[in-house]
Amino acid sequence: MYLADSRRTDARGTQAAVPATVLALGAVSLITDVSSEMVTAVLPLYVVAGLGLSPLGFGLLDGINNGVGALVRLAGGHLADRGGHRHKLVAGLGYGLSALCKPFLLLAHTLPVLSAVLAVDRTGKGLRTAPRDAMISLATEPAHRGRAFGVHRAMDTTGALLGPLAAFAVLRATVDGYDAVFAVSACVATLGVLVLVLFVPRHLDAPTGAVRPSRTPAAQRPPQSLDAVRPPWTPDAVRPPRPPAPPRPPSLRDAVGLLRRPELRRLTACAALLGLTTVSDSFLYLLLQREGDLPAHLFPLLPLGTAAFFLLLAVPLGALADRMSRRRLFLAGHGVLLLGYGLVLSPWHGLPAVVAVLVLHGTFYAATDGVLAAATASVVPARQQGAGQALVGTGQALARFVCSLAFGAAWSLWGGRTALAVTAAGLAVSAVVAAVVLRTGDETTQEVRA
Amino acid sequence: MTRTTRLVTLLVAVLLLGAVGAGAVLHAAHRSGMKDEQQADGPTVRAGTVSLRSTGTRRLLVRNLAWGPHRDEIATVAADDPEGPRTSSGVKCLRFHAAAGTGICLQAVHGALEDTYRAVVLDSHLRVRHRFPAAGIPTRARVSPSGHMAAWTVFVSGDSYAGTNFSTRTAIVDTRTWAIDDNLETFRVVKDGRTYHAADTNIWGVTFADDNRFYATLATGGRTYLVRGDVGARTLTTLHGNVECPSLSPDGTRVAYKKRVKGASPDAPWRLYVLNLRTMKETATAESRNLDDQALWADDHTLVYALPGDYGSDLWTVPADGTGTARRLMRSAVAPAYL
Repeated sequence: MYLADSRRTDARGTQAAVPATVLALGAVSLITDVSSEMVTAVLPLYVVAGLGLSPLGFGLLDGINNGVGALVRLAGGHLADRGGHRHKLVAGLGYGLSALCKPFLLLAHTLPVLSAVLAVDRTGKGLRTAPRDAMISLATEPAHRGRAFGVHRAMDTTGALLGPLAAFAVLRATVDGYDAVFAVSACVATLGVLVLVLFVPRHLDAPTGAVRPSRTPAAQRPPQSLDAVRPPWTPDAVRPPRPPAPPRPPSLRDAVGLLRRPELRRLTACAALLGLTTVSDSFLYLLLQREGDLPAHLFPLLPLGTAAFFLLLAVPLGALADRMSRRRLFLAGHGVLLLGYGLVLSPWHGLPAVVAVLVLHGTFYAATDGVLAAATASVVPARQQGAGQALVGTGQALARFVCSLAFGAAWSLWGGRTALAVTAAGLAVSAVVAAVVLRTGDETTQEVRA
Repeated sequence: MTRTTRLVTLLVAVLLLGAVGAGAVLHAAHRSGMKDEQQADGPTVRAGTVSLRSTGTRRLLVRNLAWGPHRDEIATVAADDPEGPRTSSGVKCLRFHAAAGTGICLQAVHGALEDTYRAVVLDSHLRVRHRFPAAGIPTRARVSPSGHMAAWTVFVSGDSYAGTNFSTRTAIVDTRTWAIDDNLETFRVVKDGRTYHAADTNIWGVTFADDNRFYATLATGGRTYLVRGDVGARTLTTLHGNVECPSLSPDGTRVAYKKRVKGASPDAPWRLYVLNLRTMKETATAESRNLDDQALWADDHTLVYALPGDYGSDLWTVPADGTGTARRLMRSAVAPAYL
C-alpha cells in the first residue's frame, strides 16, 4: 500500500492542516535562512569594501566543500536513524554548528579563515538537511507529504528572500557595520536553534500500529498539544500489519542495504540521471544574461526571480503532487526546465523572455525540490527516513556537481549555446528514461499489491 | 515543558537576542557617528575646489579615509607634501582614477533595499559627464593617459545560495563617443597563438598604454595571465603567467603587478613585482608584505600602493628596481592618482 498513498488523497481531500511539526520545522528553516542569507548577501561587500581584499581566491575550497558536504549529508542521515531516531538531535547539531560559526565571522579577516568558517557552516547545513526532511515525512500523513514539503520549502525560501533585506537594513542603519550584520545574524541563528529545541518534538516515529488516519475524522482525534505532536499512524508501513520496530538501531549495513530496495534504487538513479543534465543556476543565469542581452547590472536580480516563483508555487505544486503522482510531477518539473532551456536557446530575447525563463526555472524547483523528498519518503521505511532522504539528496547533488564540471568543460570547448543545447538533448533523453524506469516501479507495486 | 513554558522561554529569548542584536547595531551606528568627527592626530582636511586640470605644481589625488566630515571624498594634496593639508572635493567615490582632465569615479548608490553601483565619468571640474550602471562592487578604475578612455572592474556574485564563487566584470568606455564594451570577456582570447575558449574566464585590472592598447589580468583554469588587449581588434593576448593587477610604467617598458609567491602564507600570497616587457625578466621589489592593490607609478622609478592601516588603508611607496625600502607616503588614503 505504501506506494498507493498518492491515490488515497481523496479520503479527506485537501482540508487536512499541515502538521504543527512541519510548521515548526518551516519556521526553523525560515529563521535560519534569514540568518545565513544575511551573511551571504553582504559577504562580497565585506570582503571588498570592509577588508579591502579581492575575493577571487574565495571559491578555492568550493570543490572540497561539495564533496565533504555530500559525505556529511549521508552521515547526518544515517546518524539520525541510529539510536532510536535521533533526528532532532542531529538536526539540532547541524543548526547549532552553523549558528556557532556566525560569531567567528567577526574574527575572520583573511580569505582562508573566512573560507574555513563557511566550510564549517556548510558542514552544519549538510548535517541537518536529511534529518530535517526525515522529520517532515515522519510527522506528516503520507497522503499530504507533497504539500507539507511544499509549505516547508516556501517558508525556507521566504527566509532566503528576507535575509538580504534584513542585512541591508542593518548596513543602512550603521554605515559599514558588517560586524553588526554578523552579530544580528548570530542572534537570529540562535533563535532558529531555540525554536527547534522548543517546538519540534523529539519522537516522531513511535509506531502505534497501522492506523489508517485517512479514515479517522479530524474531530475524533485526540487534541494534540505541542508537547505531544505525535502522529497516531505509521507513516511508512511497508507491510500493513507491521511488527513493532526492532530495538536494534539501523546499522551502516542497513543504510547500505537501503539500496537493495528497488523503488528507492530507481528513484535515486532517476534523480541522479536527471541531476546529470541539470545545469547549475550560476551557469544558467550567465547564459541567460548573455543570450538575452540583459544589462549586466540586472544580473544579481536573476536568482531573486527564480526564488520568488519557487516561493509562490511550492505549496500549490506540492498539493498537486499529492493529487496526481509525485514522480509524474517530478518528471513534469524537468519538462518545464527543458522548456526553459529551449527558451534560452530560442531567438526570443529581451526582458519578457528573461522573465519567462525565470518563471519556468522557479516552477521547476517548486515541482521537484520538495516533491522529490515527498516521493522518497514513500519508498523508505520509517526507521530509515534519514538515510533514505540523504541517499537521494546526495545522489542528486553529486550528479549536479558532475554536471557543473562537465558543463564548464563543454562551454570551453564548444561555447555556451552548444553546451546548453547538448545538455537539453541529454535532459530530454534522461526524462524519457526516467519516465520508463519510474513507471516500471509503479507497475511492480501494483503487482505487489495484487 | 508545557506550552506556556515554551512560549515564555521563546519570548524571553527573543527579548534577550533582540537586545543583543539591537546593542550591536547601536554600537556600530555610534561608531559610524564617530567617524564623522575628525581624529585629533589626523591630517587636516578642508573643503575646497578640486580640479583635474594641470596647475603647474604636481598634485596627488586620493580617496580621503581620514575620519571627519570629508571621509570618502576625493581630496588633493601637494605631491611633494603628501602628509600636508588636504583639499576635499565633496565628491564621494569608492575607487577613483584621473588623467588629463578626465576622472572615473566608482560610486555606491544607497537604495532602500539594496546598494547599487555605478561608474561616473567626470570632467575636469569633477562634474558628471556620463553615468553607467555597474553590475557589482567596484574594485579597480583607470583612465588612459590621454583622458579619452576609461575602464573599471567590479565584483559580481551571481549565485545567491551560499555562493562563494565571485567573478569580475570589466568595462571599457570611449569618452569621446560613449561607446562601451561592458564585459571584456566577450573579447577573443589568444593564448599561445591560438584562440582560446573558456567559460570560467575573468578579466580585471585594466592599465592603458594608449587609447587602443591596454594590459590586464586574465584568469582561467585556476591560473592568472598578463594579457595585452586591443580595443579595436577586440582581442586579449596572453603574455606571461602569474600576473595580477598590472600597472604600466609611464615609459611603457615595465609592468608592476601582484605575484602569487610560492612558500608565502596562503592568506597573504601576493608580493609586488615588476616585469620588464622586453626581456620578460621579473624583479621583486623591496616591499616584503602581502599586497592586494593595483599599484600606481608615481614616475618611471617609483611605485605607490595601498596597505591596510589604522583608518582603512595607508599609501606606501617603494622603488621599482628592487632597491631601497618601502616607506609610508600618507595615512588614511586609497585610490591614488597623480596630476
